[in-house]
Amino acid sequence: MIETALSGLWYGFSIALEPHNIMWCFVGVVIGNMVGVLPGMGVLATISILLPLTFAMKPVPAILMLAGVYYGAQYGGAICSILLNLPCHPPHAVTCLDGFPMTKQGRGGVALGVTMLGSFIGASWGITEMIFLAPILVQVALQFGPWEICSLMLLGLLAGSTLARGSPLKGVAMTVFGLLLGIVGSDVNTGTPRFTFGITELYDGVEIVALALGLFGIAEFLKSVNQKIEINLQYTNVRLRDLRPSKADLRQAAFPMLRGTLIGSLCALIPGTGPTIASFVSYATEKKISKTPERFGGGAIEGVACPEASTHSSVQGDFIPTMSLGIPGDSVMALLLGALIIQGIIPGPQLIREHPDIFWGLIASFWIGNIMLVVLNVPMIGIWVKLLTIPYRYLYPSALFFVCIGVYSANNDLFLVGETLAIGLFGYLLLILGFHPAPILLGFVLGPRFEENFRRAMLLARGDIFWFVERPISAVFVGLCVVLILGQIYVRLRRPKAVEIFTPAEADAE
Amino acid sequence: MGRANKRDFYAGGLMILIGLGAALEGQHYNIGTMRQMGPGFFPIALGVILVLIGILIAGASFTGGVEDGDTAMPTKPDWRGWLCIIAGPLLFILFGKYGGLAPATFLCVFVSAMGDRTSTWKGAFVLASGVTFFGVLVFAYVLKVPFAILKFFNQVLF
Repeated sequence: MIETALSGLWYGFSIALEPHNIMWCFVGVVIGNMVGVLPGMGVLATISILLPLTFAMKPVPAILMLAGVYYGAQYGGAICSILLNLPCHPPHAVTCLDGFPMTKQGRGGVALGVTMLGSFIGASWGITEMIFLAPILVQVALQFGPWEICSLMLLGLLAGSTLARGSPLKGVAMTVFGLLLGIVGSDVNTGTPRFTFGITELYDGVEIVALALGLFGIAEFLKSVNQKIEINLQYTNVRLRDLRPSKADLRQAAFPMLRGTLIGSLCALIPGTGPTIASFVSYATEKKISKTPERFGGGAIEGVACPEASTHSSVQGDFIPTMSLGIPGDSVMALLLGALIIQGIIPGPQLIREHPDIFWGLIASFWIGNIMLVVLNVPMIGIWVKLLTIPYRYLYPSALFFVCIGVYSANNDLFLVGETLAIGLFGYLLLILGFHPAPILLGFVLGPRFEENFRRAMLLARGDIFWFVERPISAVFVGLCVVLILGQIYVRLRRPKAVEIFTPAEADAE
Repeated sequence: MGRANKRDFYAGGLMILIGLGAALEGQHYNIGTMRQMGPGFFPIALGVILVLIGILIAGASFTGGVEDGDTAMPTKPDWRGWLCIIAGPLLFILFGKYGGLAPATFLCVFVSAMGDRTSTWKGAFVLASGVTFFGVLVFAYVLKVPFAILKFFNQVLF
């Protein structure tokens, strides 16, 4: 097993180190780092703006770049949290608690240095986990029939909608709404147009770029315009030599980093629990086992090291179910899967065998990208800090233009701009009503495959729905779904307060 | 009991409406049988599920108690911001169709920038000019997106 992993990795590096691949990886992480730093720009919006531009690219550089945006933004988001106390990127919200007090004590540089180190360790572990776990998962998943695929998707959808932020009921509602949106267009089996209302442009279905840019672009702008964000720049004067943590700092941060890494990698394996939950869980754990919990919240270095390491380990681990099973854990992964589908690549367990260049190239690019990010962040910290001063009144109009042209270039059709606007307005209505629109994307991407497999499963089982619980692996997934639902009901009835630890992250949807 | 949490109440209501709409529209398609499902099966099933969830959300709005400042609308409606942001893409479509990429970009950025209460005419003008310049450069010349830069009705000038 180690031998195949190593040869795979070797092959991956030969792909990822090709000049144009390395260039696009670089472009991705730089853009990611930039939007991570900018308050008010989300990862999802950025990836969806870039998505149409990747249509003309080969699949490998396209996916390397888009993935680079995702993990690059995590490095940037930490800067924003630590220096400005702005929890604009949910996974880093918890870093504010101790990162900003450290900044106020003049130790912001140290916090950033520890963050980068922790991030790199966390990410490396996440990648290693992917190298060894993904092929095993694939071996199992290749045995799956349509029943297993369906019940696994159901589990992924349920977990993605109930374990994310906000009310689980509303999350499920959004997933179902996403599934409905996925139905729009011609039916695969019979060609009947569904929910098209006579609009020819809808026969191909809702365009994923329009959906993502409407929900995470326009709806977000409508929400954030004229919302005063107090940006306090007085502590942002960080120099390169401030970044180096002292020996004592390192000793204090070492074990929290390792614990965070472990928690993050576990969270990544549970579908639906992405980096945000990983960072909150690890912060809470670290505070609980600390001998001096009272230091937390006042600038404890463990409170920065642990959640940051776990975020990054979970970010990389998120790719495991996405690339090996074709089941995305959260909306960013759903978008990346969408990008693969647009490139004509069918996600699922056969992906590693049929497109080893994508799988191993992506893994190798993670390492290259993470090294680039550390190298970029350390000497360029001054430039990133300058970016923080760009006011929102310049940001969102420019972003709006990118939304318009991006969605136009998806199909060279102005109709899509209107579609995006309509989706954006509806998305804002959902935000007002307290919904988090992220699960919509999950349902939308998985919906068509879910329906196809479900119909096939029912056909093969001659209409007997109990096949889903008679086949052992499928029964396990169905059982987990039931446990998940019962668990949610239990939490709601017994301890409504238990959910509240996650509320700070709700301040800003991605 | 007593007053409902308005936001959740309307949220549930909206989901019930969408679910009902989907289920009713699904009636037009062939439902099929359990063995051989037609194109209508999923829309109707999902519609019914959404209605049930909507009822649960709306029902739960009576039990949760009312938070402070609970309204269905955001606390301060910001018509200027909203209108300007909505106008941006609309102008992009209109001028993209009849005027070309350059005027569409300029107006989209300029008008949406005026939605922020702290922006000035001059600032918005400079921003719009800058974005137009780089936008045309990157999208028309580098990425070669098929979009006439400047046209007068169907007369392509650039």
